[in-house]
Amino acid sequence: MSRSCLPLTLDKVSFVASGTALLSDLSLTIAPMRRLIVMGANGAGKSVLLRLCHGLLDPSSGRRIWANGEARAQQQAMVFQRPVLLRRSVAANLDYPLAVAGLSRAARRARVEQTLARFGLERISDQPARQLSGGQQQRLALARAWSVSPQILFLDEPTAALDPYATRVIEEMILQFAEEGITIMMSTHDLGQARRLAQDVAFLHRGQLLEHRPAAEFLEAPQTREARAFLSGDLIW
Amino acid sequence: MDGPFVTALDLILRADSVLMQIIGLSLRVTLSAVAIACLIGLPLGAGLALTRFPGRGAVIVLFNALMGLPPVVAGLAVYLLLSRSGPLGALDLLFTPSAMILAQTVLILPIVVSLTRSVVEDLWTEYGDQLLSLGADRARAMPTLLWDGRVSLLTGVLAGFGRASAEVGAVLIVGGNIAGHTRTMTTAITLETTRGNLDLAIALGIVLLGLTLTLNALAWSIGQWARVQLG
Repeated sequence: MSRSCLPLTLDKVSFVASGTALLSDLSLTIAPMRRLIVMGANGAGKSVLLRLCHGLLDPSSGRRIWANGEARAQQQAMVFQRPVLLRRSVAANLDYPLAVAGLSRAARRARVEQTLARFGLERISDQPARQLSGGQQQRLALARAWSVSPQILFLDEPTAALDPYATRVIEEMILQFAEEGITIMMSTHDLGQARRLAQDVAFLHRGQLLEHRPAAEFLEAPQTREARAFLSGDLIW
Repeated sequence: MDGPFVTALDLILRADSVLMQIIGLSLRVTLSAVAIACLIGLPLGAGLALTRFPGRGAVIVLFNALMGLPPVVAGLAVYLLLSRSGPLGALDLLFTPSAMILAQTVLILPIVVSLTRSVVEDLWTEYGDQLLSLGADRARAMPTLLWDGRVSLLTGVLAGFGRASAEVGAVLIVGGNIAGHTRTMTTAITLETTRGNLDLAIALGIVLLGLTLTLNALAWSIGQWARVQLG
Protein backbone atom coordinates (compact mmCIF):
# COMPACT_ATOMS: atom_id res chain seq x y z
CA MET A 1 0.00 0.00 0.00
CA SER A 2 1.20 3.46 -0.86
CA ARG A 3 1.87 6.18 1.65
CA SER A 4 -1.20 7.65 3.33
CA CYS A 5 -2.83 10.50 1.45
CA LEU A 6 -3.84 12.11 4.75
CA PRO A 7 -3.84 14.61 6.29
CA LEU A 8 -5.46 16.68 3.60
CA THR A 9 -4.63 20.35 3.82
CA LEU A 10 -6.49 23.26 2.28
CA ASP A 11 -4.30 26.32 2.13
CA LYS A 12 -6.12 29.65 1.71
CA VAL A 13 -8.60 28.10 -0.68
CA SER A 14 -11.25 30.13 -2.47
CA PHE A 15 -13.86 28.96 -4.90
CA VAL A 16 -15.62 31.42 -7.16
CA ALA A 17 -18.47 30.48 -9.49
CA SER A 18 -19.83 33.05 -11.96
CA GLY A 19 -18.59 35.95 -9.91
CA THR A 20 -19.83 34.73 -6.53
CA ALA A 21 -17.36 33.55 -3.91
CA LEU A 22 -18.77 30.32 -2.54
CA LEU A 23 -15.71 29.68 -0.39
CA SER A 24 -13.29 32.37 0.64
CA ASP A 25 -9.79 32.11 1.98
CA LEU A 26 -10.40 28.83 3.73
CA SER A 27 -7.59 26.95 5.45
CA LEU A 28 -8.31 23.57 6.98
CA THR A 29 -6.41 20.42 7.83
CA ILE A 30 -8.33 17.16 7.75
CA ALA A 31 -6.64 14.83 10.19
CA PRO A 32 -6.55 11.07 9.57
CA MET A 33 -8.76 8.65 11.47
CA ARG A 34 -11.20 11.31 12.65
CA ARG A 35 -14.86 11.95 12.02
CA LEU A 36 -15.19 15.54 10.87
CA ILE A 37 -18.68 16.95 10.52
CA VAL A 38 -19.15 20.05 8.38
CA MET A 39 -22.00 22.16 9.69
CA GLY A 40 -23.71 25.30 8.51
CA ALA A 41 -26.96 26.60 7.09
CA ASN A 42 -28.10 25.92 3.55
CA GLY A 43 -25.87 27.79 1.14
CA ALA A 44 -23.03 28.09 3.65
CA GLY A 45 -20.76 26.19 1.26
CA LYS A 46 -20.76 22.70 2.81
CA SER A 47 -21.32 20.89 -0.48
CA VAL A 48 -18.78 23.01 -2.31
CA LEU A 49 -16.22 22.35 0.41
CA LEU A 50 -16.72 18.58 0.21
CA ARG A 51 -16.61 18.56 -3.59
CA LEU A 52 -13.49 20.66 -3.55
CA CYS A 53 -11.77 18.34 -1.06
CA HIS A 54 -12.84 15.30 -3.10
CA GLY A 55 -11.51 16.84 -6.30
CA LEU A 56 -14.77 17.35 -8.19
CA LEU A 57 -14.06 21.07 -8.03
CA ASP A 58 -10.72 22.79 -8.17
CA PRO A 59 -9.96 25.83 -6.06
CA SER A 60 -10.06 29.20 -7.84
CA SER A 61 -7.11 30.18 -5.68
CA GLY A 62 -5.15 28.55 -2.89
CA ARG A 63 -3.93 24.98 -2.72
CA ARG A 64 -5.30 21.53 -1.92
CA ILE A 65 -2.50 19.34 -0.65
CA TRP A 66 -2.68 15.59 -0.15
CA ALA A 67 0.06 14.31 2.20
CA ASN A 68 1.41 11.84 -0.35
CA GLY A 69 1.70 14.50 -3.01
CA GLU A 70 -0.99 13.13 -5.33
CA ALA A 71 -2.96 15.74 -7.28
CA ARG A 72 -6.14 13.79 -6.69
CA ALA A 73 -5.83 11.02 -4.13
CA GLN A 74 -6.72 7.54 -5.40
CA GLN A 75 -7.95 6.20 -2.10
CA GLN A 76 -10.98 8.35 -1.54
CA ALA A 77 -14.69 8.03 -2.18
CA MET A 78 -17.78 10.18 -1.90
CA VAL A 79 -21.42 9.50 -1.13
CA PHE A 80 -23.97 12.05 -2.30
CA GLN A 81 -27.30 13.09 -0.87
CA ARG A 82 -29.03 11.31 -3.74
CA PRO A 83 -26.99 8.29 -4.75
CA VAL A 84 -26.60 7.83 -8.49
CA LEU A 85 -26.80 4.14 -9.19
CA LEU A 86 -26.26 2.75 -12.64
CA ARG A 87 -29.21 1.15 -14.43
CA ARG A 88 -27.73 -2.25 -13.74
CA SER A 89 -27.82 -4.92 -11.07
CA VAL A 90 -26.61 -4.36 -7.51
CA ALA A 91 -23.54 -6.51 -8.20
CA ALA A 92 -22.78 -4.63 -11.44
CA ASN A 93 -22.91 -1.35 -9.53
CA LEU A 94 -20.31 -2.67 -7.10
CA ASP A 95 -18.20 -3.95 -9.97
CA TYR A 96 -18.12 -0.64 -11.84
CA PRO A 97 -15.62 1.44 -9.81
CA LEU A 98 -13.35 -1.60 -9.53
CA ALA A 99 -13.38 -1.94 -13.31
CA VAL A 100 -12.66 1.77 -13.68
CA ALA A 101 -9.72 1.32 -11.29
CA GLY A 102 -8.40 -1.37 -13.65
CA LEU A 103 -8.69 -4.44 -11.40
CA SER A 104 -8.62 -7.85 -13.06
CA ARG A 105 -11.86 -9.73 -13.56
CA ALA A 106 -10.97 -12.24 -10.86
CA ALA A 107 -9.98 -9.57 -8.36
CA ARG A 108 -13.19 -7.68 -9.06
CA ARG A 109 -15.34 -10.75 -8.60
CA ALA A 110 -13.69 -11.51 -5.27
CA ARG A 111 -14.09 -7.95 -4.05
CA VAL A 112 -17.74 -7.77 -5.15
CA GLU A 113 -18.49 -11.05 -3.35
CA GLN A 114 -16.76 -9.76 -0.26
CA THR A 115 -18.69 -6.49 -0.35
CA LEU A 116 -22.03 -8.20 -0.93
CA ALA A 117 -21.36 -10.47 2.05
CA ARG A 118 -20.07 -7.68 4.27
CA PHE A 119 -23.27 -5.65 3.83
CA GLY A 120 -25.73 -8.52 3.57
CA LEU A 121 -26.59 -7.74 -0.04
CA GLU A 122 -26.14 -11.26 -1.49
CA ARG A 123 -29.86 -11.90 -1.67
CA ILE A 124 -30.47 -8.83 -3.85
CA SER A 125 -27.23 -8.93 -5.83
CA ASP A 126 -29.05 -9.55 -9.14
CA GLN A 127 -31.79 -7.00 -8.58
CA PRO A 128 -31.79 -3.79 -10.62
CA ALA A 129 -30.24 -1.22 -8.30
CA ARG A 130 -32.73 1.47 -9.26
CA GLN A 131 -35.59 -0.66 -7.97
CA LEU A 132 -34.32 -0.55 -4.40
CA SER A 133 -35.86 1.75 -1.80
CA GLY A 134 -34.14 5.04 -1.06
CA GLY A 135 -32.56 3.66 2.10
CA GLN A 136 -31.35 0.53 0.32
CA GLN A 137 -29.93 2.62 -2.52
CA GLN A 138 -27.95 4.73 -0.06
CA ARG A 139 -26.72 1.56 1.67
CA LEU A 140 -25.55 0.29 -1.70
CA ALA A 141 -23.85 3.63 -2.40
CA LEU A 142 -21.98 3.31 0.91
CA ALA A 143 -21.08 -0.29 0.14
CA ARG A 144 -19.80 0.80 -3.26
CA ALA A 145 -17.71 3.51 -1.61
CA TRP A 146 -16.33 1.01 0.91
CA SER A 147 -15.42 -1.51 -1.77
CA VAL A 148 -12.73 0.72 -3.24
CA SER A 149 -10.92 0.74 0.15
CA PRO A 150 -10.86 4.50 0.67
CA GLN A 151 -8.70 6.14 3.30
CA ILE A 152 -11.13 9.02 3.43
CA LEU A 153 -14.85 9.02 2.73
CA PHE A 154 -16.74 12.22 1.95
CA LEU A 155 -20.48 12.24 2.60
CA ASP A 156 -22.71 15.12 1.50
CA GLU A 157 -25.82 15.05 3.69
CA PRO A 158 -26.20 11.33 3.05
CA THR A 159 -29.38 10.94 5.11
CA ALA A 160 -31.19 14.16 4.19
CA ALA A 161 -33.67 12.27 2.01
CA LEU A 162 -34.12 9.24 4.27
CA ASP A 163 -36.57 8.21 6.97
CA PRO A 164 -35.38 7.82 10.60
CA TYR A 165 -34.84 4.07 10.36
CA ALA A 166 -32.77 4.28 7.17
CA THR A 167 -30.91 7.21 8.70
CA ARG A 168 -29.93 5.08 11.70
CA VAL A 169 -28.73 2.27 9.44
CA ILE A 170 -26.55 4.70 7.46
CA GLU A 171 -25.17 6.31 10.63
CA GLU A 172 -24.22 2.89 11.99
CA MET A 173 -22.41 2.11 8.75
CA ILE A 174 -20.51 5.38 8.96
CA LEU A 175 -19.45 4.68 12.55
CA GLN A 176 -18.29 1.19 11.56
CA PHE A 177 -16.28 2.58 8.67
CA ALA A 178 -14.63 5.03 11.06
CA GLU A 179 -13.78 2.19 13.44
CA GLU A 180 -12.08 0.39 10.57
CA GLY A 181 -9.84 3.41 10.15
CA ILE A 182 -11.59 5.28 7.36
CA THR A 183 -11.44 9.03 7.85
CA ILE A 184 -14.89 10.59 7.64
CA MET A 185 -15.75 14.07 6.39
CA MET A 186 -19.47 14.60 6.28
CA SER A 187 -21.84 17.51 5.98
CA THR A 188 -25.14 17.74 7.77
CA HIS A 189 -27.47 20.41 9.03
CA ASP A 190 -29.04 17.96 11.46
CA LEU A 191 -27.82 18.82 14.95
CA GLY A 192 -28.77 15.45 16.42
CA GLN A 193 -26.80 13.70 13.73
CA ALA A 194 -23.80 15.93 14.38
CA ARG A 195 -23.95 15.05 18.09
CA ARG A 196 -24.10 11.34 17.30
CA LEU A 197 -21.30 11.25 14.74
CA ALA A 198 -18.90 14.16 15.18
CA GLN A 199 -15.46 14.05 16.72
CA ASP A 200 -14.57 17.36 15.14
CA VAL A 201 -16.79 20.07 13.72
CA ALA A 202 -16.05 22.56 10.97
CA PHE A 203 -18.62 25.36 10.99
CA LEU A 204 -19.17 27.26 7.76
CA HIS A 205 -20.99 30.52 7.35
CA ARG A 206 -21.34 32.19 3.96
CA GLY A 207 -18.33 30.41 2.53
CA GLN A 208 -16.07 31.12 5.47
CA LEU A 209 -14.76 28.67 8.01
CA LEU A 210 -15.66 30.24 11.34
CA GLU A 211 -14.82 27.38 13.68
CA HIS A 212 -12.93 24.08 13.49
CA ARG A 213 -12.72 22.36 16.85
CA PRO A 214 -13.44 19.13 18.69
CA ALA A 215 -17.16 18.46 18.58
CA ALA A 216 -17.73 18.51 22.34
CA GLU A 217 -16.19 21.96 22.64
CA PHE A 218 -18.02 23.33 19.64
CA LEU A 219 -21.42 21.98 20.60
CA GLU A 220 -21.08 23.06 24.27
CA ALA A 221 -19.46 26.43 23.81
CA PRO A 222 -19.43 27.81 20.28
CA GLN A 223 -17.06 30.74 19.97
CA THR A 224 -18.75 32.78 17.30
CA ARG A 225 -22.06 34.57 17.32
CA GLU A 226 -23.07 32.87 14.07
CA ALA A 227 -22.40 29.39 15.46
CA ARG A 228 -24.32 30.16 18.64
CA ALA A 229 -27.24 31.37 16.57
CA PHE A 230 -27.06 28.31 14.31
CA LEU A 231 -27.00 25.91 17.24
CA SER A 232 -29.91 27.61 18.95
CA GLY A 233 -31.88 27.49 15.74
CA ASP A 234 -31.96 31.23 15.13
CA LEU A 235 -32.02 32.56 11.62
CA ILE A 236 -28.73 34.14 10.72
CA TRP A 237 -28.09 36.31 7.74
CA MET B 1 -60.54 -3.48 -54.93
CA ASP B 2 -61.34 -7.03 -53.95
CA GLY B 3 -59.23 -8.48 -56.71
CA PRO B 4 -55.81 -6.95 -56.03
CA PHE B 5 -56.13 -7.40 -52.25
CA VAL B 6 -56.84 -11.08 -52.55
CA THR B 7 -53.98 -11.54 -55.00
CA ALA B 8 -51.72 -9.53 -52.70
CA LEU B 9 -52.52 -11.72 -49.72
CA ASP B 10 -51.98 -14.75 -51.89
CA LEU B 11 -48.55 -13.43 -52.90
CA ILE B 12 -47.62 -13.00 -49.25
CA LEU B 13 -48.97 -16.38 -48.14
CA ARG B 14 -47.27 -18.19 -51.00
CA ALA B 15 -44.05 -16.36 -50.17
CA ASP B 16 -43.79 -15.36 -53.84
CA SER B 17 -40.15 -15.39 -54.90
CA VAL B 18 -40.11 -11.90 -56.46
CA LEU B 19 -41.81 -10.49 -53.37
CA MET B 20 -39.39 -12.26 -51.03
CA GLN B 21 -36.39 -11.13 -53.05
CA ILE B 22 -37.51 -7.50 -52.80
CA ILE B 23 -38.21 -7.76 -49.06
CA GLY B 24 -34.87 -9.47 -48.52
CA LEU B 25 -32.93 -6.76 -50.34
CA SER B 26 -34.81 -3.98 -48.52
CA LEU B 27 -34.03 -5.47 -45.12
CA ARG B 28 -30.42 -6.11 -46.06
CA VAL B 29 -29.90 -2.52 -47.23
CA THR B 30 -31.70 -0.86 -44.33
CA LEU B 31 -30.27 -3.10 -41.59
CA SER B 32 -26.75 -2.58 -42.93
CA ALA B 33 -27.32 1.17 -43.00
CA VAL B 34 -28.64 1.12 -39.43
CA ALA B 35 -25.66 -0.93 -38.25
CA ILE B 36 -23.14 1.39 -39.90
CA ALA B 37 -24.93 4.50 -38.64
CA CYS B 38 -24.87 3.09 -35.08
CA LEU B 39 -21.22 2.12 -35.32
CA ILE B 40 -20.34 5.70 -36.25
CA GLY B 41 -23.19 7.61 -34.61
CA LEU B 42 -23.19 6.22 -31.08
CA PRO B 43 -19.57 7.10 -30.26
CA LEU B 44 -19.82 10.33 -32.24
CA GLY B 45 -22.98 11.41 -30.39
CA ALA B 46 -21.52 10.49 -27.01
CA GLY B 47 -18.34 12.36 -27.88
CA LEU B 48 -20.32 15.44 -28.88
CA ALA B 49 -22.19 15.26 -25.59
CA LEU B 50 -19.14 15.03 -23.37
CA THR B 51 -16.52 17.18 -25.08
CA ARG B 52 -16.23 20.93 -25.52
CA PHE B 53 -14.50 22.40 -28.55
CA PRO B 54 -14.86 25.51 -30.68
CA GLY B 55 -17.61 25.03 -33.24
CA ARG B 56 -19.35 22.36 -31.18
CA GLY B 57 -22.61 24.28 -31.31
CA ALA B 58 -22.43 24.49 -35.08
CA VAL B 59 -21.84 20.74 -35.37
CA ILE B 60 -24.84 20.04 -33.14
CA VAL B 61 -27.08 22.35 -35.16
CA LEU B 62 -25.83 20.76 -38.38
CA PHE B 63 -26.72 17.24 -37.23
CA ASN B 64 -30.09 18.40 -35.91
CA ALA B 65 -30.84 20.01 -39.25
CA LEU B 66 -29.69 16.95 -41.18
CA MET B 67 -32.35 14.90 -39.38
CA GLY B 68 -34.80 16.62 -41.68
CA LEU B 69 -32.68 16.09 -44.82
CA PRO B 70 -35.01 15.17 -47.69
CA PRO B 71 -34.12 11.66 -48.88
CA VAL B 72 -33.93 12.80 -52.52
CA VAL B 73 -31.28 15.34 -51.56
CA ALA B 74 -29.29 12.69 -49.71
CA GLY B 75 -29.68 10.51 -52.79
CA LEU B 76 -28.51 13.28 -55.05
CA ALA B 77 -25.45 13.94 -52.89
CA VAL B 78 -24.45 10.27 -52.87
CA TYR B 79 -25.16 10.10 -56.61
CA LEU B 80 -22.76 12.97 -57.26
CA LEU B 81 -20.21 11.32 -55.02
CA LEU B 82 -20.42 7.94 -56.76
CA SER B 83 -21.10 8.93 -60.36
CA ARG B 84 -18.41 8.27 -62.97
CA SER B 85 -17.02 11.79 -62.73
CA GLY B 86 -17.50 12.02 -58.95
CA PRO B 87 -14.72 11.72 -56.34
CA LEU B 88 -15.60 8.07 -55.60
CA GLY B 89 -16.55 7.21 -59.18
CA ALA B 90 -13.66 4.81 -59.54
CA LEU B 91 -15.27 2.46 -57.01
CA ASP B 92 -18.05 1.80 -59.53
CA LEU B 93 -20.68 1.59 -56.80
CA LEU B 94 -23.53 3.51 -58.42
CA PHE B 95 -26.67 1.42 -58.95
CA THR B 96 -25.54 -1.27 -56.50
CA PRO B 97 -26.94 -2.20 -53.08
CA SER B 98 -23.75 -0.73 -51.55
CA ALA B 99 -24.67 2.69 -52.92
CA MET B 100 -28.12 2.33 -51.40
CA ILE B 101 -26.62 1.38 -48.04
CA LEU B 102 -24.41 4.45 -48.20
CA ALA B 103 -27.35 6.74 -49.03
CA GLN B 104 -29.47 5.36 -46.21
CA THR B 105 -26.58 5.62 -43.78
CA VAL B 106 -26.41 9.31 -44.62
CA LEU B 107 -30.11 9.57 -43.77
CA ILE B 108 -29.94 7.66 -40.49
CA LEU B 109 -26.64 8.94 -39.12
CA PRO B 110 -27.94 12.41 -38.08
CA ILE B 111 -30.81 10.79 -36.18
CA VAL B 112 -28.48 8.48 -34.28
CA VAL B 113 -25.94 11.23 -33.57
CA SER B 114 -28.47 13.82 -32.40
CA LEU B 115 -30.45 11.42 -30.26
CA THR B 116 -27.32 9.93 -28.70
CA ARG B 117 -25.96 13.37 -27.90
CA SER B 118 -29.18 14.41 -26.24
CA VAL B 119 -29.56 11.18 -24.24
CA VAL B 120 -25.92 11.13 -23.12
CA GLU B 121 -25.96 14.83 -22.23
CA ASP B 122 -29.02 14.35 -20.02
CA LEU B 123 -27.48 11.32 -18.36
CA TRP B 124 -24.25 13.20 -17.74
CA THR B 125 -26.17 15.91 -15.88
CA GLU B 126 -27.45 13.22 -13.57
CA TYR B 127 -24.39 10.94 -13.42
CA GLY B 128 -21.49 13.31 -13.97
CA ASP B 129 -20.36 14.01 -10.43
CA GLN B 130 -20.90 10.43 -9.35
CA LEU B 131 -18.92 8.99 -12.26
CA LEU B 132 -16.08 11.45 -11.78
CA SER B 133 -16.14 10.56 -8.09
CA LEU B 134 -15.87 6.87 -8.94
CA GLY B 135 -12.75 7.65 -10.95
CA ALA B 136 -14.19 7.61 -14.47
CA ASP B 137 -13.15 10.48 -16.70
CA ARG B 138 -15.31 11.68 -19.59
CA ALA B 139 -13.81 9.20 -22.04
CA ARG B 140 -14.45 6.31 -19.67
CA ALA B 141 -17.96 7.62 -19.05
CA MET B 142 -18.95 7.33 -22.73
CA PRO B 143 -19.50 3.56 -22.86
CA THR B 144 -21.05 3.72 -19.39
CA LEU B 145 -23.63 6.29 -20.42
CA LEU B 146 -24.32 4.62 -23.77
CA TRP B 147 -25.11 1.43 -21.90
CA ASP B 148 -27.21 3.14 -19.23
CA GLY B 149 -29.11 5.01 -21.93
CA ARG B 150 -29.66 1.84 -23.94
CA VAL B 151 -33.45 1.92 -23.79
CA SER B 152 -33.80 5.49 -25.05
CA LEU B 153 -31.12 4.86 -27.64
CA LEU B 154 -32.89 1.78 -28.93
CA THR B 155 -36.02 3.82 -29.56
CA GLY B 156 -33.94 6.26 -31.58
CA VAL B 157 -32.27 3.52 -33.58
CA LEU B 158 -35.70 2.11 -34.41
CA ALA B 159 -36.79 5.57 -35.53
CA GLY B 160 -33.76 5.59 -37.82
CA PHE B 161 -34.73 2.18 -39.14
CA GLY B 162 -38.24 3.45 -39.78
CA ARG B 163 -36.99 6.48 -41.69
CA ALA B 164 -34.72 4.38 -43.86
CA SER B 165 -37.18 1.61 -44.63
CA ALA B 166 -39.90 4.13 -45.52
CA GLU B 167 -37.92 6.40 -47.81
CA VAL B 168 -37.96 6.00 -51.56
CA GLY B 169 -36.08 8.98 -52.98
CA ALA B 170 -32.53 8.13 -51.99
CA VAL B 171 -32.55 4.44 -52.94
CA LEU B 172 -34.31 5.24 -56.20
CA ILE B 173 -31.66 7.75 -57.27
CA VAL B 174 -28.55 5.79 -56.31
CA GLY B 175 -29.98 2.29 -56.79
CA GLY B 176 -31.84 2.82 -60.03
CA ASN B 177 -34.66 0.41 -59.13
CA ILE B 178 -33.16 -2.41 -61.20
CA ALA B 179 -35.31 -5.55 -60.99
CA GLY B 180 -33.69 -8.34 -59.01
CA HIS B 181 -30.72 -6.14 -58.15
CA THR B 182 -31.62 -2.83 -56.51
CA ARG B 183 -35.41 -2.96 -56.30
CA THR B 184 -36.63 -2.36 -52.74
CA MET B 185 -40.12 -2.40 -51.26
CA THR B 186 -40.64 1.33 -51.63
CA THR B 187 -39.22 1.67 -55.14
CA ALA B 188 -41.18 -1.39 -56.25
CA ILE B 189 -44.42 0.07 -54.87
CA THR B 190 -43.78 3.29 -56.79
CA LEU B 191 -43.12 1.46 -60.01
CA GLU B 192 -45.82 -1.20 -59.79
CA THR B 193 -48.47 1.41 -58.92
CA THR B 194 -47.68 3.53 -61.96
CA ARG B 195 -47.75 0.37 -64.05
CA GLY B 196 -51.16 -0.54 -62.65
CA ASN B 197 -49.77 -3.77 -61.20
CA LEU B 198 -51.58 -3.20 -57.91
CA ASP B 199 -51.40 -6.67 -56.34
CA LEU B 200 -47.61 -6.65 -55.89
CA ALA B 201 -47.73 -3.02 -54.75
CA ILE B 202 -50.40 -3.79 -52.18
CA ALA B 203 -48.61 -6.91 -50.98
CA LEU B 204 -45.43 -4.88 -50.45
CA GLY B 205 -47.43 -2.12 -48.75
CA ILE B 206 -48.93 -4.62 -46.32
CA VAL B 207 -45.54 -6.09 -45.51
CA LEU B 208 -44.03 -2.63 -45.02
CA LEU B 209 -46.85 -1.57 -42.72
CA GLY B 210 -46.60 -4.81 -40.78
CA LEU B 211 -42.88 -4.31 -40.37
CA THR B 212 -43.34 -0.75 -39.09
CA LEU B 213 -46.09 -1.83 -36.70
CA THR B 214 -44.01 -4.71 -35.37
CA LEU B 215 -41.00 -2.49 -34.80
CA ASN B 216 -43.00 0.14 -32.98
CA ALA B 217 -44.74 -2.46 -30.84
CA LEU B 218 -41.33 -3.87 -30.03
CA ALA B 219 -39.91 -0.45 -29.13
CA TRP B 220 -42.88 0.37 -26.95
CA SER B 221 -42.82 -2.98 -25.15
CA ILE B 222 -39.10 -2.73 -24.50
CA GLY B 223 -39.61 0.77 -23.10
CA GLN B 224 -42.39 -0.40 -20.81
CA TRP B 225 -40.46 -3.44 -19.67
CA ALA B 226 -37.34 -1.38 -19.03
CA ARG B 227 -39.19 1.21 -16.99
CA VAL B 228 -40.27 -1.55 -14.63
CA GLN B 229 -37.04 -3.53 -14.69
CA LEU B 230 -34.38 -0.86 -14.69
CA GLY B 231 -36.09 2.03 -12.93
